[in-house]
Amino acid sequence: MASVTYDHVVKRYTADLTVVKDFNVEIKDKEFMVLVGPSGCGKSTALRMLAGLEAISEGEIRIGDRVVNNVAAKDRDIAMVFQSYALYPHMSVYDNMAFPLQMQHMKKDDIDKRVKNASRILGLDNFLKRKPRALSGGQRQRVALGRAIVRSPKVFLLDEPLSNLDAKLRGQTRIELQKLHRDLQTTFIYVTHDQVEAMTMGDRIAIMNAGILQQVGTPGDIYDHPANLFVAGFIGSPTMNFVPATVDNGTAKASGLEVKLPKPVSAAKGTLGFRPEAVTDRVVEGGPTMKMKVDVVERLGSDQFLYGQVGADQVTARVDPRMSVQPGDTVQLGLDTRGLHFFDAETEKALI
Amino acid sequence: MTVAVASPTSSTTARFSPRWLSDRLGGLVLHVVVIGLTVAWMVPTIGLLITSFRQSADISNSGWWTALSPPFKFTLDNYSQMFAASNLGQSLFNSFMISIPATIIPVTLAAFAAYAFAWMKFPGRDWIFLALVGLLAVPLQLTFIPVTTEFVKLGLTPQHLTAIGLPPFIPLWLAHAGYGLPFSIYLLSNFFRALPSDLFESAEIDGAGTLTVFFRIVLPLSVPAIASLVIFQFLWVWNDLLVALIYVGGVATVAPVTVTLVNLVGSYGQNYQLLTAAAFFSMIVPLVVFLSLQRYFVRGILAGSVKG
Ligand SMILES: Nc1ncnc2c1ncn2[C@@H]1O[C@H](COP(=O)(O)OP(=O)(O)O)[C@@H](O)[C@H]1O
Ligand SMILES: [Mg+2]
Repeated sequence: MASVTYDHVVKRYTADLTVVKDFNVEIKDKEFMVLVGPSGCGKSTALRMLAGLEAISEGEIRIGDRVVNNVAAKDRDIAMVFQSYALYPHMSVYDNMAFPLQMQHMKKDDIDKRVKNASRILGLDNFLKRKPRALSGGQRQRVALGRAIVRSPKVFLLDEPLSNLDAKLRGQTRIELQKLHRDLQTTFIYVTHDQVEAMTMGDRIAIMNAGILQQVGTPGDIYDHPANLFVAGFIGSPTMNFVPATVDNGTAKASGLEVKLPKPVSAAKGTLGFRPEAVTDRVVEGGPTMKMKVDVVERLGSDQFLYGQVGADQVTARVDPRMSVQPGDTVQLGLDTRGLHFFDAETEKALI
Repeated sequence: MTVAVASPTSSTTARFSPRWLSDRLGGLVLHVVVIGLTVAWMVPTIGLLITSFRQSADISNSGWWTALSPPFKFTLDNYSQMFAASNLGQSLFNSFMISIPATIIPVTLAAFAAYAFAWMKFPGRDWIFLALVGLLAVPLQLTFIPVTTEFVKLGLTPQHLTAIGLPPFIPLWLAHAGYGLPFSIYLLSNFFRALPSDLFESAEIDGAGTLTVFFRIVLPLSVPAIASLVIFQFLWVWNDLLVALIYVGGVATVAPVTVTLVNLVGSYGQNYQLLTAAAFFSMIVPLVVFLSLQRYFVRGILAGSVKG
């Protein structure tokens, strides 16, 4: 159990290839922190520096109060679950889990106790003698978790541990992992490119893009108050609507929409952002309205998504499923300005 | 890493349709070609085997295939003469004494070296590896004179070694190890390199040191590669005549089977029919080695490690 601190961390492979740039984040003790971002943005690299698998080019990483820059991976008291699981294929499930303990020269009895305990937690009791190749993907994944659990590490690192599972199993394992986190009362750092995983699992989320940390916060915080255009577009599905707009006297004008901004902004040009659910089928008196030419209607039972054109811009709306719309119709929609964002054209930072 | 077997989907193509026919014919042609090649390849060996059971007079008068039709006149004469004529027991012992260490030494060294080349970072690694691969191209014959000179200088001759109480086979062990190493290192390091790096990183986090990783992870996973290398090196040493002749010369107490068998013909002039029997006799050991190591050629040894 320990906190983890990234303090101005930089990872540079060559002089002009920097994959993690000035990375600062503090992960609290017992927190479930999700590091999320598109593929190739440097999440794994950030995690691997903490694990001790990559050298740190600049800055400091601390586990608890200890600076670990020059501590060997095995002495950092962390455990890592790899995306590929990296099970030892020639060892039984039992030996796979016992291996890290054998490396610590733990007594056989203690090893046995810990492995049995982990296998009970993970439901692997009946598979202890099997080789990894005789296990399903989900079972392999649990063995990889078991190998991490037995060590009772201070910090758990998980690099996209669910991406090799099928959709159903992924949903199930997501819940199991959260339960595991509650039971183990340990710091978890979880890397994923999947924003749904991030939103559902993280106590807090750190969003990365192109090696730069974009925003850190709770899922709700990030969803409601994205710090910039990238975060706004990355989190949420379907994605937030973005329409270019010019600001004149506190009113943002887009091609098919005019809205009085809830608070004054300094920029004259920017991007108006609103989530599909901020679009309403009831037009609020005095509120902004828009005319949408509907291209596609998606009915999901509980929801109805409309995809269409508002002026020259593509907009998605999530409306009441009882609203009767056909593709080709033009409908009058409202906008709930409480969920309105405005991003600066230059810096892409959120101004509202 | 499972091997998918493409099975002909007979359910999708109707019987006797053109497609079905061409599938069948394709299969047939392939079979005929493969069997034909196999037979062609085996003819000389079969001829040799039959010849080894024929009388010497017949051998020089008619082809081996005539023995396949009656009257059958097979005999074990060649074999009994061969055993009587030579000190085969001693040379068999010598062959083992040469082949086993001359296999174990280079394969062991190569495994360590290959691991270093594949997974450890040290300055000049790639250049040293390149130089090593370059050694593969050096003709064996080129090394005889300088190496023999050095051996003599260092006292590594059978006579001298026996006199000071060391095994007289040492020069051969060293020579075969030297000749075998470049290829062995090359083969093994390519194999080691192909092991998934996640395994090494996982082991590193688990707290395994270099040696533990080598003995507990790399070696067990490389059994198929090592088994093939052992077979290869063993066969090469077992069948070697040239290197043995050069470095231990005609010293009978050190001579391996190959040298002794060649001398059979040398000392008995036209008795070359003995060589046919001898050839088969000397084939037994490599065959046993091959068959007993064959079960280590497991496909998909990495299955279950890194795929979901
Ligand atoms: N050893 C390396 N040498 C050079 N570039 C690397 C190396 N490892 C990773 N990279 C680059 O660093 C970037 C970030 O990689 P990674 O951290 O694996 O991304 P992800 O967010 O998908 O986990 C990628 O563009 C990748 O190509
Ligand atoms: Mg990654």
